[in-house]
Amino acid sequence: MTATTETTARSAEKYRVTRSRRNVAWTGAGALIVVIVLALFPYIVYSSTTSIMVQAFIILTMACMWNLLAGYAGLVSVGQQAFVGLGAYFVLFLNIHNIPMFDALPVAAVGCGVAALPLWWLVSRLRSGYFAIATWVLAATVMLIIEKFPSLGSGTGESLPNTPNLGPTLLLADTYWIGLAVTVVALVTTYLMLRGRVGLVLTAIRDDEIAARSSGAKVGLARMLVFVVAGIGCGAAGALLAVSSLIVQPSAVFSVEWTAKMAFAVIIGGLGTIEGPILGTIVYIVLQQTLASYNAWYLIILGLVAMLIALYARRGLWGLIDDHLHIRLFPVGYWLWAPGSGRRGGMGSLGGLGRRRGGRHS
Amino acid sequence: MQWVNDIIQGILTGGLYALFACGLSLLFGVMKVINLAHGDLAVIGGYVALGVIAVTHVPVLWSFLIVVPIMAVLGYALQRTVIQAALNRSILTTLIVTFGLSVVIENGLLQFASANSHSLGVNNSIITSSFSIGSQIQVAYLLLLILVVAVVVILGLQYFLSASRYGRLIRAVADDQEAAQMSGVDYRHVFGIAAAIAFGTVALAGIASGLTSQFSPTTGTDTILLFAFAAVVIGGIGSLWGTLLGGIVLGVAQQIGSQINSSDGFLAGYIVFLAVLILRPQGLTGRRAQS
Repeated sequence: MTATTETTARSAEKYRVTRSRRNVAWTGAGALIVVIVLALFPYIVYSSTTSIMVQAFIILTMACMWNLLAGYAGLVSVGQQAFVGLGAYFVLFLNIHNIPMFDALPVAAVGCGVAALPLWWLVSRLRSGYFAIATWVLAATVMLIIEKFPSLGSGTGESLPNTPNLGPTLLLADTYWIGLAVTVVALVTTYLMLRGRVGLVLTAIRDDEIAARSSGAKVGLARMLVFVVAGIGCGAAGALLAVSSLIVQPSAVFSVEWTAKMAFAVIIGGLGTIEGPILGTIVYIVLQQTLASYNAWYLIILGLVAMLIALYARRGLWGLIDDHLHIRLFPVGYWLWAPGSGRRGGMGSLGGLGRRRGGRHS
Repeated sequence: MQWVNDIIQGILTGGLYALFACGLSLLFGVMKVINLAHGDLAVIGGYVALGVIAVTHVPVLWSFLIVVPIMAVLGYALQRTVIQAALNRSILTTLIVTFGLSVVIENGLLQFASANSHSLGVNNSIITSSFSIGSQIQVAYLLLLILVVAVVVILGLQYFLSASRYGRLIRAVADDQEAAQMSGVDYRHVFGIAAAIAFGTVALAGIASGLTSQFSPTTGTDTILLFAFAAVVIGGIGSLWGTLLGGIVLGVAQQIGSQINSSDGFLAGYIVFLAVLILRPQGLTGRRAQS
């Protein structure tokens, strides 16, 4: 009894546990500045740049969600286009009923979250590959059902009937700000989720599912939560897609290419890290813009790079950066400071065990 | 009478779907992973057949004699390199890599072979004609031939797995990889052989798809992969006869669906798939879920 207390006292005296090696306040301030600068973009850059940025927001929001699914919950979904399409169609449906399209966006996102529940019930008992294709079949089924409504444009789609009466520049700027807001909410939600108790369960699943289960982690519940959150996020991205293109076509919004794009962005950036999707989206947009005149080449190159990274650098570009520089913009793990450690190399034995994953418990 | 016709047509189409599915079923049985590039590889088989016919002028129906070995070699090579490397890491990596492969193949075909549809036309009049049973039922020789081929392929695979040396090795590795390895089996080579056989059936599926309808770069994911998967799940995971049954159930469901409303065939097929997923997740022939 005394011995235990002594040990605890001693370790409290010698070991220190922080969220990050560096002060988080700086990252927070930096993120705030970045968001403010991004918010000012419509005033300072050309509208061509803003419309590229809207695409980036769409991809980044989706990538955050796919990262939660595949990177943390171990759910490789190839059917996220179901939610992209549903989000877009919710906006179309509400817009037809005279609800302004920007107001329809959050409703559409929530609607997708509700729709995720029955879909989860259908696929929840499947694992790995079976889950992957079953979600794909679900997306195809959802598209076929949506196409049965003539009021929603059947198989050819429909333009949004009630677009705000703004000039093209102002409309684009509004879309941009909404897109920025959606992306920030997606990133903050991901961060908070992973920082909290659910994050602990998810990180445990990511590292070793069997160990997580045997430690009593509620794996099924955490997975359902992630699936619903990913439904909301992908739905919001789909709603954004509808708002930015002002037209909803079933074959475009339900295309499996959306899942390919979000997955490739995450894998290239770094699966299972919050920063990965951001980096991956940048790579995606740069490649897409440079190879824009070569049709599908950017997808081929992205696919090949993603395959190589999945095989040879599992934690993606951010993993490589993290391994060498120990930077983490969104610290969700813990950093153990060994007794008497100085500014550098503050890894205790526990940190040493976590070395494989970048030197800390994340 | 109309319903009888639907069921017969459905059974005939089911043979095609079973042919799509048996490679997927075999590889899952052996390696416990799903190849998300399955459908696109079948489409590659179709394009290879087009090329082989253009170069050698073999009759379309006999093109499989060349296409199947080509695809089998491709399968062995792909398995020993990319897929094995992914398997060595994790199931997640395998899914990501095969999904990447699927997107790369599809867009590569779009880039190099355009989005145009192709078909493998047969000029042989016996094959393109049909015979009738009664007044309303028409049976196309081609679909009948494909159903027969599917049954022969499944019989052949069953015999191969149960009686031949390599079949025993494949089953041994599938049952317990480590024990097989300790007995001196090179599991990577065995996986390669299994992949070669699976790709051979994929080549047949590609040719059959080109014979019955048209194919384009997107056919692989739009139809072949999803139908193959639906057939495997409906029939029961890991059973080849189950796969044939699943293909037939899917085919009949699609026929009856399109009878009710001409555009609802696919939807009816998927609804049956989802119903099986909910009510009998182990499939029609399966004893317990292996998910």
